[in-house]
Amino acid sequence: MEIPVPRIPLGDWVEVALDWILTVLGGFFTFIRTILVGAYDLLLWLLTTPEWWIVTLVLAALGWWLRNWQLAVGTVIGFVIIVGVNQWANAMSTLALVTIATLIAVIFAIPLGILAAKSQTASKVLRPLMDFIQTMPPMVYLIPALVIFRVGVVPGMVATVIFAMAPGVRFTELGIRSVDREVVEAGKAFGSPPGKILRQIQLPLAMPTIMAGVNQVIMLSLSMVVIAGMVGAGGLGGEVVASLNRINAGLGFESGLAVVILAMYLDRLTSMQSKANER
Amino acid sequence: MSEPNTAQPVIRAENVYKVFGRRPEAVVERIKAGETRQDVEKEGTAAVIDATFNVYPGEIFVVMGLSGSGKSTVIRTLNALHPATAGTVEVLGQDLSALSPRELRDLRSKHISMVFQHFALFPHWTVIENAAYSLETQGVEKTERYDRAREVLAAVGLKGWEDSYPSELSGGMQQRVGLARALAADTDILLMDEAFSALDPLIRREMQDELKEIQGQLGRTIVFITHDLNEAMFLGDRIAVMKDGRIVQVGTPEQILSEPADEYVASFTADVDRARVLTAEAIMVGEERLTESDRAAFERHQMAVTSNATLQDIVPVVIEANGPIAVESAESGQRIGYIPLGVLLESLTPQRSEVVPDPEEAN
Ligand SMILES: Nc1ncnc2c1ncn2[C@@H]1O[C@H](COP(=O)(O)OP(=O)(O)O)[C@@H](O)[C@H]1O
Ligand SMILES: [Mg+2]
Repeated sequence: MEIPVPRIPLGDWVEVALDWILTVLGGFFTFIRTILVGAYDLLLWLLTTPEWWIVTLVLAALGWWLRNWQLAVGTVIGFVIIVGVNQWANAMSTLALVTIATLIAVIFAIPLGILAAKSQTASKVLRPLMDFIQTMPPMVYLIPALVIFRVGVVPGMVATVIFAMAPGVRFTELGIRSVDREVVEAGKAFGSPPGKILRQIQLPLAMPTIMAGVNQVIMLSLSMVVIAGMVGAGGLGGEVVASLNRINAGLGFESGLAVVILAMYLDRLTSMQSKANER
Repeated sequence: MSEPNTAQPVIRAENVYKVFGRRPEAVVERIKAGETRQDVEKEGTAAVIDATFNVYPGEIFVVMGLSGSGKSTVIRTLNALHPATAGTVEVLGQDLSALSPRELRDLRSKHISMVFQHFALFPHWTVIENAAYSLETQGVEKTERYDRAREVLAAVGLKGWEDSYPSELSGGMQQRVGLARALAADTDILLMDEAFSALDPLIRREMQDELKEIQGQLGRTIVFITHDLNEAMFLGDRIAVMKDGRIVQVGTPEQILSEPADEYVASFTADVDRARVLTAEAIMVGEERLTESDRAAFERHQMAVTSNATLQDIVPVVIEANGPIAVESAESGQRIGYIPLGVLLESLTPQRSEVVPDPEEAN
């Protein structure tokens, strides 16, 4: 026996909704596009204008300052290899894209996480939403992003932000919720206002957890880079896509290696285990 | 000391209920209609049921009871960390439920401070930053609040530890930081939730003495929570005994010991260190109870104690007198009664010998 299920025109609805969004919010999207392109171009200019070894030394110094000298040494070795396989320009454009996408994701994720920690209702809405966002095949985000922001670096960036944001929200909520209840009560008991309790007590104590979230945001952003390369975001992702099209194993390996080196650098830079700054 | 009815209470709690759960008001109605705590268990936890008591200026008011009896919840209704589900809580004449968030914060920062069972120090701040916190919320300017925090830290014996972090301190020292944070605020009311329970016995004894001293010097009003009857008896001017969310008796330590309201309170008091609690006034008898030989023995020595002396003060006097002694009023010096040896021995042992509930608790 066959049970007839009517065709649900979900796809049509999505397209209609997109059309509608485009006509109503077109100006707004142009504005966003301009800002994102501007930020990306500026950062890319900063990373590519000096000689490669100057940028490498600056990034190594950053690693030393935030972590330890081992990371600085590793950074120099890794980035020399990137130059050696002729992926420097691509790597810098990927680094710029990931940095900006991460910044934006974090700017949205932390307040959302705070909201979810403060309000049971917000938490109930956000949790499944974040699960949904993160389990959806990431390429799906590219299509509306392409329709709205056209080809180039911006749709890739926007899709990356949306895809990578979830752990930022989750870890922020988790971090704030797991701050010792009595410690927060102490703030209240002495008459401190909620905003100040958040700033002085909850956020600092949640920081290790929030940073673990940021670390994951960065890793997810990097994993989106290849996919973003498909829609002309360029960088290492573009190289991987190009090598796929030409079935060029050598190029694919070289650009892939550069992605790995970047990932290791960003991970060590932002992961909390290496430096115990909690007391 | 009996209830000083002349003064205005600092804290007035009237028919206070606190219920945790989805529909707290409904639970209150059901309990008012006669259902028990167990009947409403599925709907919510009735942590405090119909609590009524006053706390008067300058007294140490102790709330005691077993774990889960609602002590922490009751003390948290007094500064609205847990707003009461029903009933009124008035602090310094202000009904807490009528205050705006801002007024409530003002009341908390200027008039009420709190010491927590697990210290609740800010682990990312130094000792002095912790101690100065209460002054910061009062808006005291930085150099002044550090000066005052330093004084208070010295007073609780933490001089030299100002720049350490709480994790570098022992439990006893951490609790002193918690105490300093509360004392620095210089508020009229001090709420202490099992403030000494996490300390080992020696330090605990020391802190109890210190608290009595602070109380004597500054005349603050203290609400002190404990699950330890000896601590309650030693510290409390008056004690409220809680059981399953209800206050079953409020009275002076002597009243709790000599006139327990029910079997529960009586079994609780069986293992108290009576020598530290009972006073001459509470156990003395009239002249007519003295036998002929008692009288003769007393005439030979004529030794006396004041009415507020505790049994541990009295015992050596009785031993020296080797017979009955007289009790003189602490105020007037008049002879108001006698303590024969038999009465003293009797009062040192509990009247009942039921199985004693174990006041050990995890919370
Ligand atoms: N925030 C809360 N949410 C739900 N139930 C609570 C909460 N706080 C306390 N309770 C419950 O209320 C009862 C009394 O707890 P509490 O006041 O902490 O007792 P005590 O301090 O005497 O050990 C317990 O059954 C406890 O589980
Ligand atoms: Mg408790």
